Amino acid sequence: MEIKVLGPGCAKCKETEKLVREAVSEAGVTATVEKISDFQQIAGYGVFSTPAVVIDDEVKVVGKVPSKSDLLSWLKA
Amino acid sequence: MEPIGCKSCCAKKTVDEGPVTGKGKLARYLLLLAPSLIVWWLVYGMLPGFSRLLTYQVFGVAQGSHLGDSLEFLFYDTPKVLLLLTLVVFGVGIIRTFFTPERTRKVLAGKRESAGNVMAALLGIVTPFCSCSAVPLFIGFVTAGVPMGVTFSFLISAPMVNEIALVLLYGLLGWKVAALYLGTGLFVAILAGWVLGKLNLEPYVEDWVMKIRTDPSVVPVDEQTWTDRIEAGLRAVKDIVGKVWIYVVVGIAVGAGIHGYVPEGFMASIMGKGAWWSVPAAVLVGIPMYSNAAGIVPVVEALLGKGAALGTVLAFMMSVIALSLPEMVILRKVLKPRLILVFAGVVGLGILLVGYLFNAVIA
Repeated sequence: MEIKVLGPGCAKCKETEKLVREAVSEAGVTATVEKISDFQQIAGYGVFSTPAVVIDDEVKVVGKVPSKSDLLSWLKA
Repeated sequence: MEPIGCKSCCAKKTVDEGPVTGKGKLARYLLLLAPSLIVWWLVYGMLPGFSRLLTYQVFGVAQGSHLGDSLEFLFYDTPKVLLLLTLVVFGVGIIRTFFTPERTRKVLAGKRESAGNVMAALLGIVTPFCSCSAVPLFIGFVTAGVPMGVTFSFLISAPMVNEIALVLLYGLLGWKVAALYLGTGLFVAILAGWVLGKLNLEPYVEDWVMKIRTDPSVVPVDEQTWTDRIEAGLRAVKDIVGKVWIYVVVGIAVGAGIHGYVPEGFMASIMGKGAWWSVPAAVLVGIPMYSNAAGIVPVVEALLGKGAALGTVLAFMMSVIALSLPEMVILRKVLKPRLILVFAGVVGLGILLVGYLFNAVIA
């Protein structure tokens, strides 16, 4: 499973990354978590507000910090 | 300009609920709403008496003394502003759940200038906008076919016309000043955006931006219930007021000090109407400064109270909030230096205009 956290590095984006990593260890799935700060790459996903989370090339949430329960449900699906 | 911390990002957390618990939660929220508002109203009304009681009875300070004036100001304004802030942030938090950058983008795509500028400036107030999203948002708007000038109107109004500034201005200076700030903020956003649109600055956007082609429908659509919206409002209060209250208290303390100890008319010589150079100076001084609205408004209020001219002070406040070095450094990723300078120049001129206008018109 490939998870990408999109964001240039403000507080909300860092919080999202932290939540994602926590959710991954809680769900017990094998996944790589990558933080993408480059705007060109972010725009390439069709994402225009940050933070955003992409799982296996599917955009899951845009423009806000996701809840832990949402993250867990996406990881376990 | 607020520091690059996403003050108004939606940190919404949805909770999966069955229909029964969902309705139960909503009923509970609504039941609590009316009594909460009544309590709020009662406490708000008691504040003037409370602050006087605290200063003169409990602390035994002499009436009319510098310390008495300062303390009364402090005890009255701090809870008053915090109460107002809580109410407005909650309300705006709920309003914001109805708007997303994606929807705004769709609405503005293909709109002509002028009408587009006005809509963009208005939408800038209610669309949740995070300063860190400025670049992705710019790219998103431009690639969706939103004219550049219209995009700029949005980018100017979003940080500048913010609810915290408005609440504080209303709480400390009355509804007229707050309305003035709102009106002139929109005016600058619309005018500057329109002018920038006319200058045909597309060649000064970084080349890679224009080459982006993506499918906008890839982003998931967000359905929210009223429970979600109320929770978003509560979360906004926790996040924003929780983060900003200390600045408010410090700002009011500084204001209280100026209020009690600086002689009347002291600021008139430096920032008064007579000093014509004070408006451009105020705008220039504001550029390298960045502060959140919460901290600067109480200071603004105190300055006004000591004879500073309204136009000069408004220009200073707008410059601090709307023109910020950190934001311009970030925009460098998508805009070439010339465009950034033109942007700062046009917005700066708009603010200057507002400053002079006010000094000339307000008696």
